[in-house]
Amino acid sequence: MTLQAENISKRYFRKTGAANYFYAVQPVSLTLEPGTVTVLMGRSGSGKTTLLHMLAGLLPPTEGQVRLGDRLLYTLGDAALSRLRNERLGVIPQGRSAVDTLTVLENVLLPGQLYGRAADAGEAQAWLDALGIGALRDARPGELSGGELRRMAIARALSQHPDVILADEPTGDLDDENTALALSALRGAAHDHGQAVFLVTHEADALRYADRAFRMDAGRMAEA
Amino acid sequence: MSIFSLSRKNLTRKPGRAAVLTLLIAFLSLAVFGGSVVVLSLRQGLASLEARLGADIIVVPSSAQSKVSFQNMFLQGTTGAFYMDVSSLDRALEVEGVEKAAPQTFLASLKADCCSIKIQVIGIDPAADFTVQPWIARSYSRELGDMDVAVGCKVEAEVGEIIRIYDQRCKVVARLEATGTGLDTAVYCNMDTMRALLAAAEEKGISHKITSDSEDSISAIYIKVQDGYDIDAVNSRLNGHIRKATAVRTRSMITGVSDSLAGISRTVTLLIAAVWALAFIILLLAFVLIIRERTREFAVLRLLGTSRRMLGRMVLLESALCSLLGGVIGIGVAALAVFPFSTLIETSLNLPYLRPALGVILLLAAGTLALAVIIGALASAGAAWRLSRVDPGTALREEN
Repeated sequence: MTLQAENISKRYFRKTGAANYFYAVQPVSLTLEPGTVTVLMGRSGSGKTTLLHMLAGLLPPTEGQVRLGDRLLYTLGDAALSRLRNERLGVIPQGRSAVDTLTVLENVLLPGQLYGRAADAGEAQAWLDALGIGALRDARPGELSGGELRRMAIARALSQHPDVILADEPTGDLDDENTALALSALRGAAHDHGQAVFLVTHEADALRYADRAFRMDAGRMAEA
Repeated sequence: MSIFSLSRKNLTRKPGRAAVLTLLIAFLSLAVFGGSVVVLSLRQGLASLEARLGADIIVVPSSAQSKVSFQNMFLQGTTGAFYMDVSSLDRALEVEGVEKAAPQTFLASLKADCCSIKIQVIGIDPAADFTVQPWIARSYSRELGDMDVAVGCKVEAEVGEIIRIYDQRCKVVARLEATGTGLDTAVYCNMDTMRALLAAAEEKGISHKITSDSEDSISAIYIKVQDGYDIDAVNSRLNGHIRKATAVRTRSMITGVSDSLAGISRTVTLLIAAVWALAFIILLLAFVLIIRERTREFAVLRLLGTSRRMLGRMVLLESALCSLLGGVIGIGVAALAVFPFSTLIETSLNLPYLRPALGVILLLAAGTLALAVIIGALASAGAAWRLSRVDPGTALREEN
């Protein structure tokens, strides 16, 4: 399923400065095709995460619209949009994204179970193994390092088989070896399972895994 | 994983957070349930006292120091005996406005070899009595025979047992319902039995005779005033007509008790209200802290596809589980504190105290639980609303 951003922008008001608003993201159109890895690079504060949140249905754009298949995300009510995000999108946010009261395995299984889908603990375990944290399945998030938590979030997104994976700095806390593991897994999701993968990253290495690459600077996106 | 099991895990795996909420609710429930049981028991006791007195006026000998000794007999079960001539009964019946007059005779047994237990014995005249017999009838359908006694619920004697009073063998034929008053420590017999007991007491040197030529003495006369007559006026007439006796309106006895009860009720209600207000504020603060602590967790859940409604449900469910558990603990602790020590409470308050029926207690417990859940839900509603409206994008960025 294709995720399409049609001329979306995000504008914030500010109290000081010459203009009374500024663009975090300038109007941009982007299509995330199934089976492709799209990488977006750029400096901190350039608007990458804002764009990702708009694509994920988490932040309504000031202008434009986001379409997943034939459904416009921001015309949906909260319940429908939440369910669509749960079933179709796999979001890997920056930083810690674990529910502290659940174990690592329970965290990975959580999205599917929220809406009563059958949990495939075997597959979840396989992803944890593939990302090198299989032995931590029963650990609580508080016992994990930043890098291990990032890998847990990647395993969580991959094990749900979403149509689109939106990953924000997925390798931020990882060493080279684990970065390669994580990026390979995400590329496998696109190339082997036909998912659309969108990577926001600082890592120049990620370009090696990209089918398409963009750069963002001061809210303006351009082909890299 | 359903929202219910997620809520359950949130509570069991963050026990500190859950414990704070549970303890607060337990404290609230303890105050409400315990306080309400005490107040209800006092009200029940007062109602029982009114029912047992059952008369508009009681005439007692002036030697009974007016109502004080008499009131103590009712409220504390202290034994006592005071007598007036039986002719006082006829004098009372002569007074205009008196519809019924029922005599009672009191005798205190001794803590000695001649008596099984130290108790207050009250003799009634079945033909005239209109206060004690309806009470006895609830436990014993026949009339009290000679040397038969009906015992109050706090008297240590079983039905069928023989108790000795001044070496007279009396058979316990009934055990009476609790009244929450001093009457629970008394035994009741007919006037013939009482005459035999008085004679036996006389032999032991306990004199009840007012004059040497009078065989019959009575201790109190219960008066029912005819409809349409002013009770105060009849009371005055009785005071003027019967020598060496004092007529006391029962209401004046009950008013003292009622005033004390009203004072205690007010104090308990104020205490409960203060505890609830304080605990509600603490609960609100606790939820404000929880909002801060859990913003990122909720942003993550939103990111994973949890709707606002589901998140709201989760917070309310957690609050309901804590409230239910806290309610049960609070009610349990209150029950352990109030029920086994009801005699102590009765003695220290010096008021009639009668535990409400089991059904009422269960209803009160259910009401307290419902109140605990409602208060928990109200306190958490703001948190549920705010957390469900967390903008996940902003929350995740702010926390990074």
